Amino acid sequence: MRILMFGWEFPPHITGGLGTACFGLTKGLSKHDVEMIFVVPKAYGDEDQSALRLVNASDIQFDFKDESFAEYWSKIKYMEVGSNVIPYVDPEEFSNVIEKNKKTGESYTSNVFSKNYVFSGKYGVNLMEEVSRLALIGSGLAAKEDFDLIHAHDWLTYPAGIAAKKTSGKPLVVHMHATEYDRTGENVNTLVFDIEKQGMEAADRVITVSDLTRRIVIEKYGIDAGKVITVHNAVDQNVTSEIADIKKNLKEKVVTFLGRVTFQKGPEYFIEAAHKILQRDRNVRFVMAGSGDMLNKMIDRVAQLRIADRFHFTGFLKGNDVTNMFALSDVFVMPSVSEPFGIVPLEAMRSNVPVVISKQSGVAEILEHALKIDFWDVDAMADSIYGLCHYDALSSMFKKHGKVEVENLKWEKAALKVKQVYEPLMSK
Amino acid sequence: MKSICFYFQVHQPFRLRTYRFFDIANKHDYFDSYNNSFIMRRVAEKSYLPMNKLLLELIREYGSAFKVSFSISGMALEQFEAYAPSVIDSFKELAATGNVEFLAETYAHSLVSLKNEAEFKQQVEMHANKIENTFGQKPTTFRNTELIYSDEIGASVADMGYKVMLTEGAKHVLGWRSPNFMYTNAINPKLKLLLKNFRLSDDIAFRFSQQSWEGWPLTPDKFTDWLNQVDEKEEVVNLFMDYETFGEHQWKETGIFDFMKKLPEAVFSNTGFTFATPAELGEKLQPVSSIQVPNPISWADEERDLTAWLGNDLQDEAFGKLYDLNSLITKCDDAEIMKDWMYLQTSDHFYYMCTKWFSDGDVHRYFNPYSTPYDAFINYMNVLSDFIIRVEQASGSSKPEIEGLKSAFSDLTDQAEKLARKQATSTARKVKKTLSKSKDLKFEDIKDLSNTAVKKLIKDIPIDELTIAMKDAETEIREKVIPNLGKRAKAQYDSIESELKKVKKSDIKKYRQQIENKFKNMFG
Repeated sequence: MRILMFGWEFPPHITGGLGTACFGLTKGLSKHDVEMIFVVPKAYGDEDQSALRLVNASDIQFDFKDESFAEYWSKIKYMEVGSNVIPYVDPEEFSNVIEKNKKTGESYTSNVFSKNYVFSGKYGVNLMEEVSRLALIGSGLAAKEDFDLIHAHDWLTYPAGIAAKKTSGKPLVVHMHATEYDRTGENVNTLVFDIEKQGMEAADRVITVSDLTRRIVIEKYGIDAGKVITVHNAVDQNVTSEIADIKKNLKEKVVTFLGRVTFQKGPEYFIEAAHKILQRDRNVRFVMAGSGDMLNKMIDRVAQLRIADRFHFTGFLKGNDVTNMFALSDVFVMPSVSEPFGIVPLEAMRSNVPVVISKQSGVAEILEHALKIDFWDVDAMADSIYGLCHYDALSSMFKKHGKVEVENLKWEKAALKVKQVYEPLMSK
Repeated sequence: MKSICFYFQVHQPFRLRTYRFFDIANKHDYFDSYNNSFIMRRVAEKSYLPMNKLLLELIREYGSAFKVSFSISGMALEQFEAYAPSVIDSFKELAATGNVEFLAETYAHSLVSLKNEAEFKQQVEMHANKIENTFGQKPTTFRNTELIYSDEIGASVADMGYKVMLTEGAKHVLGWRSPNFMYTNAINPKLKLLLKNFRLSDDIAFRFSQQSWEGWPLTPDKFTDWLNQVDEKEEVVNLFMDYETFGEHQWKETGIFDFMKKLPEAVFSNTGFTFATPAELGEKLQPVSSIQVPNPISWADEERDLTAWLGNDLQDEAFGKLYDLNSLITKCDDAEIMKDWMYLQTSDHFYYMCTKWFSDGDVHRYFNPYSTPYDAFINYMNVLSDFIIRVEQASGSSKPEIEGLKSAFSDLTDQAEKLARKQATSTARKVKKTLSKSKDLKFEDIKDLSNTAVKKLIKDIPIDELTIAMKDAETEIREKVIPNLGKRAKAQYDSIESELKKVKKSDIKKYRQQIENKFKNMFG
């Protein structure tokens, strides 16, 4: 079985959970004798290709005079850069790019149809243009490569998936790692929404990372429930490289929020819960690790509540600092307002940190050894945090069972389910 | 004879290094010695050294006719010692001429005057000692950080024995009055005040190189023309500014050094002005009146208030948390902690957290290590969090314990208060009852009467009537009445009671009524 797979990023060059999930899934699939051609807009050459063949879309020339594309490329609609494209995972990167472009006076004249095109593979101002270019490459590859099925990860690659399907006639599976509703709340970017909807409509199967996402797909996008299947994410089990190199000298308990500081992640509820706890118990410190468009507002709030001597900010954490952060933490909290899956709590549990997660996260569907609360229920959040900080029996139980639970969330199992999604399509 | 009074502020903060959350409780070095030394050397070279040289030459040329004054913060002095010792030497040379006055300020260039009088006085003393040890002069003039002044601050400065204090000639304080006179503190008239002439000061400090300014280019002749326009009766023009004006805020290329070099000559030949130091003016001039400053003023920005340092949530939180440590600090005698305590109080840390300049000019970005006030706040709070831990350890009491004590204490006071209140209410009720006895005391109120009163009452009532009235009465009433019966009456009572079987309710009521009437006679 050979799959033509489209993704936007691949480890180690990742900005969010998407690349990590693709990596885990492909490794899992390779154990079930699935071969993959994995197409990314930009490859750097240092990716782990043991499980698949990585294709760098930047290396592929495209000649629109080529007869084999003539029929198809006319169908691909060139998509203008939306004025309010919400960057997918990395808002800072997005604004940096815009700033840089302003300074250098770079123009955005489209060269989607030029022979050579260099992808940034990032989430910048040329995002829509790159999405379109990947679609062209997709249709080209589909005509040349030999494969049984197409699998596209997230909306950025859906146009490529659709193009490949139209060119080759092979079945298409699209994978919803996140929906536009998760990213932006109710203020959806219609351009993105439309691409997601078209992708799912064109697909033979839609894989969602949680039942929560499955419901959104069915209810908000009107996709036929019969073709939407949930396959929960898993965790990479081989993490020997990350060893904390920090000693905890703080005598207080440390409660951590780690993630982007954006609306979707519910940082303000974490602060309110912290405030409630600190009114009763000063022997706790809270940490907000990450950055995002709501960070300054959160700093203001913490200052206003006069808790800044017990509530700390670290900014965006890279590499080993994440491991160190977990090593210092006694409780991890993910109060997401809307989280399709949410892999960070699993990483926390793997590092022996008990977790409090919102019921509005996909990961809550599969975790047993986690305290689950509604993101808006600040009192319940405070209770849970307090309990894990002070009742040792509770936290040690969560640590012990949580680790085992996470160790059982193997990509191999998730990949098998994905393979079972492929199989009936192949026999058609 | 009118005077020009030059006062130059010399200050550099100990800027913080990037101090991360991970450093809290692990690392205790807070300051960016590389950057601080770099900046200090740069400013020394561009400003302090050439300007000191220029002033020394002027003093040598004009003798006692040319005078200036300096306030050098403890933070700047320490950094001179560490990074640019030749600057100290050149200031010492100036001091040796006898034409230079050195003023006292808070050692840390802090805002402590707004928070804690005892700590304020201590810091001023610390600075005055440092000045005396370094320059051999005991300061008699005081200037507060950023010229911050209020009636109260002035009064505590007077307490410390200072004769003259400098502050801003803020329009909203002066109203129609001129800054070109000497005034006095509103609470203690012994303290004389010299007010900054902000127009003429800022012409040099801020506008000197502004080509869009109508006064540009500023020449000594033009400046002396303006001095000559000062009203005849006015006595002093106070030119107060940052010393970094010369060579740093206004670069050498703007001609600022040439201007200063030629200014004394122009003053002597074109005007009737002489140069004087604040201490001299304090002796020489008669104050014209006191001046009311109930709310603190400063020399900053258009508003001349404190909003550059305090007022937004970030600043108030950091400032509040810092000075919460005050009482614990008094229990510490660790030299490193005391040093950091000083360095962390420097006003610049709070200045970096100011949010009102998002749209404003570059004056405020001068050597600011942070790109946003939020970065400044986070970094400062990280450092402060570590510092708090050290202070708690060194003072032998962690805050939670103190808070525990505090809360236990307040619980106790609460309880005591409750008890007292209860007691007070019941007493008040009794008093009230006694007072209203004459009016409508009820039979049941017997229980609240004194024993004497009960005895008196019983005397007037036939024992059989009493026994009937007592039938089915509350225990409390029985316990009040029966022990007060005489021996004989008690025996009678007992025998009547044992015979009483059925008593009409109306009878009980009737006799109780009679007793109530007796009340009226007794107390009426």
